Amino acid sequence: MMQISCPHCGPRAQNEFVYERTIDSVVALDAAPEEAMKTLFTRNNPRGVDEEIWRHTYGCRAWMVITRHRVTNEISAVRAVGPEALP
Amino acid sequence: MSRYSALSLLRGAFNGQKHWQPAWRDPEPKAHYDIIVIGGGGHGLATAYYLAKVHGLKNIAVLEKGWIGGGNTGRNTTIVRSNYRQAELHNLFEFGLKMWEHLSDELNYNVMFSPRGSLTLGHSDADMTMLAQRGDAMRCDGIDAELMTQDQVAKFEPLLDMSRSARFPIEGALIQRRGGTARHDAVAWGYARAADSLGVDIIQKCEVTGFVRDGDAVVGVETTRGRIGAGRIGICVAGNSGHVAGLAGLKLPIESQTLQAMVTEGVKPMLRSVIQTQSLHCYISQSDKGGIVFGGDPDNWPSYAQRGNPIIMEQAVAQGLALVPALSRLRMVRTWSGVTDMSFDGSPIIGETPLPNLYLNGGWCYGGFKATPASGWTYAHTLATGKPHALNAPFSLDRFERGATIDENGSGPMPNSR
Repeated sequence: MMQISCPHCGPRAQNEFVYERTIDSVVALDAAPEEAMKTLFTRNNPRGVDEEIWRHTYGCRAWMVITRHRVTNEISAVRAVGPEALP
Repeated sequence: MSRYSALSLLRGAFNGQKHWQPAWRDPEPKAHYDIIVIGGGGHGLATAYYLAKVHGLKNIAVLEKGWIGGGNTGRNTTIVRSNYRQAELHNLFEFGLKMWEHLSDELNYNVMFSPRGSLTLGHSDADMTMLAQRGDAMRCDGIDAELMTQDQVAKFEPLLDMSRSARFPIEGALIQRRGGTARHDAVAWGYARAADSLGVDIIQKCEVTGFVRDGDAVVGVETTRGRIGAGRIGICVAGNSGHVAGLAGLKLPIESQTLQAMVTEGVKPMLRSVIQTQSLHCYISQSDKGGIVFGGDPDNWPSYAQRGNPIIMEQAVAQGLALVPALSRLRMVRTWSGVTDMSFDGSPIIGETPLPNLYLNGGWCYGGFKATPASGWTYAHTLATGKPHALNAPFSLDRFERGATIDENGSGPMPNSR
């Protein structure tokens, strides 16, 4: 299990958090249908580092972006997001 | 390649069993192959075997980054069944199940297929309705399915907790008697030996690091053992499809997630079938060695780590103990994890990619092992003819943009549903 440092609550066990999707797969409200389709249904899915949206569902319920290596599970950054951070 | 038989064993008994040969060669890669299959798991080896056997192709290679059968083929719960609701899925898996029934003969290798019954429990009236619908859908396509009453379930699998105070009371079940388990390693080894004897080059410790392009078309692969040219190339690396397709610049509707399984110490026979449920996500069966094998949910977040999260293990075991309380004193001896391609509708992808000469077989979610023969058969057809077989045509990569997803029980991440 990973320990995730919530920007609001500090270090917490991973089972308080829920994964949503990667930051680059958030569909902009004014995206053209083809672009929306690509964004929604395809992923880089790297065997390395990606930026993921997680939510502290069983804690403060805030969204955050976690930069994590998908083989080692090393978390290099956690940042809070608000509506202004989304495309 | 000499045939394995009781007679050859007996003959061997008189000369100290000195007749055993390596089951497959260890060839150096050639400069060019007609078809290269990337990935030496069950699916890749089966694909190569049917390319040689059914389509008569001679110049085929399977490239494997580690050792054959060392990925998900060796990391599953060995369950074989075709009890799916969606016609596209149950027709594909049923085609495979019929092949499983003769696979040991076909390959001259004992895959230990054991059709002990695949029992899906229902815990409520709603569950029983869903099971009846699923069973009806299967029977309409000629697949065996029987609805069982509570009493029938209690007689069939006596160690289930049938009491009304059970955490998950059992109302009945749907059984597919032809479902069961098989020996996972033997599937990889059997296909490898059979493919090798038909001239397929199985090249291990050969990781693909890039694709050779001629314009859009893919004409070869860069590997850790040099450049290899190819007429057609089939990616068959479920778990790592995102990574390998990424080398060709493709983004897939797939996220890689960890799927775990675990096994207890061996005990005398206590469970006769493969137990699953309509409401929970827990698979329980007893291996031929006597260990109780548990499987559960995937970890639900992207990972290539091949090691899982104890939270999910606890969930699977808690569900298993609620169903079969007699398991509570067993000690868990081993756990393992595989990296699964979770596609966005929970169904596999077998077919063309946007790049000429490059084909994809992946997105098997947690259901790949049972499909091994059918996956190999349909993928071989696709690679040999350049066109999908009728069974894999619905599983094309472009089905998401066409809105033609095959969403069995919403079992994929389905990003459009949240």
